[in-house]
Amino acid sequence: MRLGLVIDLDRCVGCHACAVACKEWNSSGTLGPLSDYVPEGLDPSGVWFNRIRHYECGDYPDSETVNFPMSCLHCEDADCVTVCPTGASYKREEDGIVLIDQDKCMGCNLCAWACPYGARELDEDSGTMKKCTLCVDRIYDEQIPEAQRQPACVIVCPTHARFFGDLDDPDSDVSGLVRDRGGYDLMPELGYKPTNKYLPTRQPPSIPTTQVKAKSGSLLDKIRDRVNRVVSR
Amino acid sequence: MLMLLVALQELGLGAPFPHTGHIAAGGLAFLLLVAGLVSSTFHLANPRNAWKAFNRVRTSWLSREGVSAVLLLLVTVVYFAGLGWSSGQSTALTTILGTLILLLGLATLVTTGMIYASLKPIPQWHNPVVPIAFVVLGLASGAVTLTAFASFSMGVDPILGAFTLTLLGLATLVKATYYLWIGKASGPTIQRATGMTRAQVRLLDTGHSHPTFLTREFGRNLLSRTGSGLFRAIVFGIGFLVPAIASAAMIGETSPLLGVLAVVAMFSGMAVERWLFFVEAQHVVNLYHGRQRV
Repeated sequence: MRLGLVIDLDRCVGCHACAVACKEWNSSGTLGPLSDYVPEGLDPSGVWFNRIRHYECGDYPDSETVNFPMSCLHCEDADCVTVCPTGASYKREEDGIVLIDQDKCMGCNLCAWACPYGARELDEDSGTMKKCTLCVDRIYDEQIPEAQRQPACVIVCPTHARFFGDLDDPDSDVSGLVRDRGGYDLMPELGYKPTNKYLPTRQPPSIPTTQVKAKSGSLLDKIRDRVNRVVSR
Repeated sequence: MLMLLVALQELGLGAPFPHTGHIAAGGLAFLLLVAGLVSSTFHLANPRNAWKAFNRVRTSWLSREGVSAVLLLLVTVVYFAGLGWSSGQSTALTTILGTLILLLGLATLVTTGMIYASLKPIPQWHNPVVPIAFVVLGLASGAVTLTAFASFSMGVDPILGAFTLTLLGLATLVKATYYLWIGKASGPTIQRATGMTRAQVRLLDTGHSHPTFLTREFGRNLLSRTGSGLFRAIVFGIGFLVPAIASAAMIGETSPLLGVLAVVAMFSGMAVERWLFFVEAQHVVNLYHGRQRV
């Protein structure tokens, strides 16, 4: 089993609800609290497992805004695990979730340096590294209804841009999405084999904004133009 | 790092030191090594768990560095105890321990270099020149310190002087190769990072109003071409050239002034070199914050 997320860039509207829901759930979760430093001050900062960035792809008029949520990709070849000197960072054999044992972490930051995706953040208050748990304390909880046994970010997403499932199973919904929509890895050339996949935006026909009214030459068009002008007067 | 040099003295080159000097140099090297190890725990956010850092020797270069450094310390203590036991005479035991010190010293330098070279997200570090540079610079700085030490007590042995000059020459060569190697951006682009390769990608908004762990830890301004050229010139000039000239002048002389000059220049140059090594390291995560390529 290889649990992970599939994120649909075509649907994401960049509302940051996933980041807020993540913070809300995980603040009291296994890796909580997600410390905030001077949250009410002029220079607020803190730990987040999920961050959304906004990009523009292409030049006007053929440009689009792409909202880009990122959390831990739960890589198959996770260097953050192998560089850890204490064994605090580990990858679960049964479902591939990458976690950090807070009792072992010494806060050397090496795993954060080894992660190309910026998934790990040091909690300055506890002095330990923290990261997305894929809501491991939620997805296996038999006390909550089965439909809700999903990561908080997936459940909250108002546009259903996030999907959770087993990417090892070719028949799962997420695997189907990746197949049908051409889901891709981020920076596969680095060799981390990330589990999470991104679905590209669909390409709508661009709306022409220049030379909307092309000069047309046919006699019929000229007559129509003239008639239109007379009528509008 | 100059443990190696002490061991070299023991092994190949006989004893150009009087043995009290030998032991004093060893003591200094030992203190430097301990200081290095202790200061390495200062950057930890949770130093209470530092002792657990020896747990993952099988995968982690940081763990391997810790183990080889501590082993090096232990063997050094035994080595000097052995020397004291035989009242300063080299014996079979000290030769074996000296060899071990040599190997462990080398292992410590290589593992330190590999901590950086193993990090794939930083193209300026993820290359084979980095561990070589750590070994050569470690040996060269140790050789300069030892030369300066010798210039205090008695004249610098020509063999030691030639050795130091050779290492400084090698250091210049390796560092020049390194700067050539990282001269051109070879890492991923913002298009590869986001997977949007069909057109140019620009950052519109990072999604946070204030610095985060990621921007504080990895965000750094690129040095201008003249800026990095200036600092590289300092590394070569003050770090390598001045100690080389001073070492050459010290051969056969007793000149504490030159010795101090060589060491101060070497370590100032090394400080700039290490600072530059970090400043020029561009982490891939910067692409997500708008950098076009690393």
